[in-house]
Amino acid sequence: MSDRPALRLRGASIGYGDVAIVRGVDLTVHRGETVAVLGSNGSGKTTLARGLLGLATVLDGEVEVLGAPVGRLRERGRIGYVPQRHTVSGAVPATVREVVGVGRLARLGLFRRLRPADRTAVADAVAAVGLGDRMNDPVASLSGGQQRRVLVARALAAEPELLIMDEPTAGVDAANQDALAAVLAGVTASGTTLVVVTHETAPLAGVLSRAVVVDHGRIGYDGPLAGSELPVGGGHHHPGEPGRPPAPGYRLDQPRVTPEGGR
Amino acid sequence: MEVLEFGFMQRALLASLMVGLVAPAVGVFLVQRRLSLLGDGLGHVALTGVAVGVLTSTAPVGAALVAAVLGAVLIELVRARGRTSGDVALAVLFYGGIAGGVVLLSLAPRGRATNLEAYLFGAITTTSAADLAVFAVITVLVLGVVWLLGQRLYAVSDDEEYARAVGLPVLALNVVLAALVASTVVLSMRVVGLLLISALMIVPSAIAQQVGRSFRQTLYLACAIGLVVSVAGTTTSYYAGTPSGGTIVLLAIALFLLVTAGVALREATARRRHRRRAEVHAAHPHEHGEGCGHPAVPHGDHVDYDHDGHLHAPHRTGAGVHYDEHGEHVAPPARQGSRP
Repeated sequence: MSDRPALRLRGASIGYGDVAIVRGVDLTVHRGETVAVLGSNGSGKTTLARGLLGLATVLDGEVEVLGAPVGRLRERGRIGYVPQRHTVSGAVPATVREVVGVGRLARLGLFRRLRPADRTAVADAVAAVGLGDRMNDPVASLSGGQQRRVLVARALAAEPELLIMDEPTAGVDAANQDALAAVLAGVTASGTTLVVVTHETAPLAGVLSRAVVVDHGRIGYDGPLAGSELPVGGGHHHPGEPGRPPAPGYRLDQPRVTPEGGR
Repeated sequence: MEVLEFGFMQRALLASLMVGLVAPAVGVFLVQRRLSLLGDGLGHVALTGVAVGVLTSTAPVGAALVAAVLGAVLIELVRARGRTSGDVALAVLFYGGIAGGVVLLSLAPRGRATNLEAYLFGAITTTSAADLAVFAVITVLVLGVVWLLGQRLYAVSDDEEYARAVGLPVLALNVVLAALVASTVVLSMRVVGLLLISALMIVPSAIAQQVGRSFRQTLYLACAIGLVVSVAGTTTSYYAGTPSGGTIVLLAIALFLLVTAGVALREATARRRHRRRAEVHAAHPHEHGEGCGHPAVPHGDHVDYDHDGHLHAPHRTGAGVHYDEHGEHVAPPARQGSRP
């Protein structure tokens, strides 16, 4: 079981309804790898990640997560997910402890309550993101950056084998980005597979080792992050304009098609 | 207590006690899910059930329960399947429910015709011993499920997408919540009436969430508030000769206004006190953050922003963010600028 790759996509098309946004993608990520999924807005990188989480539909091909087809994965509690959402936004107040505690629930089946070991994991996750002294504070009283860290802690509380993050550094100040990088370094050191969807690699450059560039729903580059030198994040990349200089290792093994747009 | 001398009032108070406790216990989850009006809609659907019960001479309470639970499950399936037309589908179901109820009730033979108003606005004093038994079962059932599944229901209500990603049975939990709402609707029918049910689910929660710090605290507080206004409203209606449902809801809304005013007053006082102690940069035109053009400067346990030589410390409150002046910023950064 554990020798199977963390992720394996074969000819995978992913989208919403019957519209494919990611098309014919082959990708294998082994356990313990740290991967940046890069791409400009509308490239399909978020859809790719959502397909791994069962939040977007696999329309064609195969998507295997932690050794099982994504739709049939029983133990989803082994996945940690940090959504793109900037803040925690419930109408009813909730403490940091309560929000992070949710990250633990999926591991417990339908009826079991949090046990002492789970409470310890929750406390550890909150401490890891530097909010140990805010455990019992309402989340709404925290700053935007701190609320993002609460969502990271929620994912960490699951002690995930696979951690998927969507734009964790967007809109986060430098100090908080450094704090996040330190947290992720600790998590990946224990063998967790990390997939970070982002448009900027600089803040987490020390943590991520491999880059997968999604371009118009296909993988345009797959290789080491350090050598990729891709103009991702900055610059003006116009969708539909194939003007991006290929980086070392860049391969374009799929015929380029005109995109329909989408996410 | 004179009010307790009559059997019908004893039953009325028992019923209002159960309703007051149960309705907010379910309502808090609806507020969290931003589905505050689901109870209202299921009340409409329950009316069709009542009418069917009257027409077929079966117990209206039982028939209403079946109709409301079916409606609730249907709503969740519609929500889960269609994304765009879900809103309209709900509206059709809700109004179909009340229209069907009105028409079916009008078809009832004269001798069996039931007072529509009693169902729409409540008729607590007509509560029978058999009704009480049904209510007690519903109360135990609903509170039991909330106790058992409360954490999961919170998880799904708080962030449905996350819950789905990590494999919680989102649809099943939503159906359970909808069924709980349906049961509560039927329980509340006699006390506050189908048109006012939502108020008793939502208003106590709206009061509690202004005071509570945690979800659990808010839930307990909402139940306590619901219980008090429900029993107090029923007692008041006895002495004032007013309908119980309206009296309970008006009482709850009065408390809501009172608490809202109290919280606003407390915040204003805290703000004034804060302004006296710390210098606040009033009417700050933009929010400091990454790429705002003002360098971030670590300052003790937080990050300030150098705004034309002044250190601005973000201070988040319920009303948003403002900036406290944390002194002059002298290069090289950090290690200076005493806190006012």
